[in-house]
Amino acid sequence: MRIEARPTPSPTMRYLSPLLALGLTLITGAAIFSALGKAPLASLHAFFIEPVSTVYGLSELFVKVTPLLLCATGLTLCFRAKVWNIGAEGQFVFGALIAGAVSLQLADHQGFWVLPVVIASGVLAGMAWAGIAALLLTRFRAHEILTTIMLNYIAIQLLLWSVHGPLKSPSGYNFPESELFSPQTLLPTLWGQYRVTIAIFIALLMLAVVWTVLNRTLLGYQTRVMGENRQAARFAGFNGNRLIWVLLLFSGGMAGMAGVSEVNGPVGQLTTNLALGYGYTAIIIVFMGRMHPLGVLLASLLLGLTYLGGENAQMTLGLPKSITGVFQGLLLFFLLACDFLISHRIVLTPMRGHRPSNTSTREVTSS
Amino acid sequence: MSMDIIENILFATIRTGTPLLLVALGAMISERSGVLNLGQEGMILVGAVCAFIGAYTTDSLLIGVASGLASGALFSLIFAVIAISLVSSQIATGLALTIFGTGLSAFLGVDYVGLSIDGLDEQPIPLLHSIPLIGKAFFAQDLLVYGAFILFASIYYVMSRTRLGLIIRAVGEAPAVAHSMGYRVILVRYATVMFGGAMAGLGGAYLSLAYTPMWTEGMSAGRGWIALALVVFASWRTERVLIGAWLFAFASILHLVLQGFGYDISPNLLAMLPYLATIIALVMMMQRAGTAQLAPRSLGQPYYPQN
Repeated sequence: MRIEARPTPSPTMRYLSPLLALGLTLITGAAIFSALGKAPLASLHAFFIEPVSTVYGLSELFVKVTPLLLCATGLTLCFRAKVWNIGAEGQFVFGALIAGAVSLQLADHQGFWVLPVVIASGVLAGMAWAGIAALLLTRFRAHEILTTIMLNYIAIQLLLWSVHGPLKSPSGYNFPESELFSPQTLLPTLWGQYRVTIAIFIALLMLAVVWTVLNRTLLGYQTRVMGENRQAARFAGFNGNRLIWVLLLFSGGMAGMAGVSEVNGPVGQLTTNLALGYGYTAIIIVFMGRMHPLGVLLASLLLGLTYLGGENAQMTLGLPKSITGVFQGLLLFFLLACDFLISHRIVLTPMRGHRPSNTSTREVTSS
Repeated sequence: MSMDIIENILFATIRTGTPLLLVALGAMISERSGVLNLGQEGMILVGAVCAFIGAYTTDSLLIGVASGLASGALFSLIFAVIAISLVSSQIATGLALTIFGTGLSAFLGVDYVGLSIDGLDEQPIPLLHSIPLIGKAFFAQDLLVYGAFILFASIYYVMSRTRLGLIIRAVGEAPAVAHSMGYRVILVRYATVMFGGAMAGLGGAYLSLAYTPMWTEGMSAGRGWIALALVVFASWRTERVLIGAWLFAFASILHLVLQGFGYDISPNLLAMLPYLATIIALVMMMQRAGTAQLAPRSLGQPYYPQN
């Protein structure tokens, strides 16, 4: 058996790799469960099937998918251009914080304009937070990975300061929480007692917009060119800095919207634990979804499920909720490992080392 | 300002700078060989939780330190296999290591949250510790701080004076040339990545055994990322990593200093300082002409030998 480089990358493996990664994650998951003394198949069932086997469970899946998909939609464009915005988490938190502050300000106002103002403030806040990174990158050449990460920590401290200080509810027994938002500032739910809000449609709409931009517009073309080759982008004669601004502002706005969808949706107030890592999970979604809108949609369903699975595993199996993070990490590792098969293939050769006549074939290992 | 306050500020700066120094030195070595590992944060957390579990269950701090070191090195092996052998994007793989390490450490440590151990004690060095002003900071610390000094000196020596240092740098500057000269690029890179993992694990062990002797989820609080910024700030030079670690440490304890002088500022706002300082340091560094040229030339580029 031998491993050799493929002459051209395999498009089939590109789409097969996430499925392979999922399979390997499930097998590893089963091994982890049995190592913890739980029945592996029943545990996998409890993690991946049980949470979505009721209508309520399915609706909760979409509650999780909403912020994830919003963040991932913005990051899809960024990552396509190899602009590494790792700051969706901070843009999410800052969007939620500002939308929350505006919601509290408008608590006594009625009128159709209230909710649009709240949404716009959250989106603009997310854009502003990403805009800082864009400024630091384009004006000062400070690498976006490090600046966006630092901005994540700063945003979380700002949120903590706000709910411990100026935005703390006067009637909250000194808990670090804001007052509950008034109903007119909340996103309408879709139906009945379920918690899914109209933000899921905004997410789907924006995903369609991203698909159109990528495939039908000059901006999308520039994004793809820049991702493949920054030098070529310069030769093609378009302004890389402008594109960086557009992409970061867009993804910041989407993450800000995700913050609104959470804080003006199921949560309904500002609390200390708004940052559940959606911004980081969205990174996995974009990689799993192959930076393609349809793939991102499917991957957001899967990663949303890992949150529900973790909660269910805690309730029914008595496992810590943090098993969600373990599954998410495994998934990304297996994906990156399987991606090796896009550019390489395993060739089965007869036992006696028969070598191909083409000696220029790059071999990585041989046995 | 009294002598006492300055002594205490210096003492706290060195202490706070120790985990940053350990992690940044490890990251610097792997970057000098051309490998950018963004998984520092995950490796610190895995090191911290394993060190705490090791020390708690065996009642031995030595075993705790060894567990931190070994778990960091083993954990970084995942990165090495995927990013070096399977030539995956170093950026994506490093992020994956951080995400996985954050989840895994929370999972492993869930039963240990809130437990406490007797952390590492200070071991004042006779005579030296009573030197005015700097005696306490440099000679009245715990053994891991002294260990970090020794590691720093050894790394400085290896990187600037030995053949091994030269090989590591050659691999980072021009892997193809190093390969054609007969050096095993892949092996060197595995070794530097695992050395970085061990150093990050040791940094984690310092956090959970000495700095705050307990385990809390996410207790690294971004130190892995700050260490990565520190390496850029130090432009991949060992001695500048040391100075940088102390400067960053000073920024992180500034809130204690300000509180000591009676300023009443929200602790949450002051907690932003190290992150702000990191951004400012990055910006200042990039303003100086040619910083980008100081980076090892193959940094972030996968390499595999061609037959």
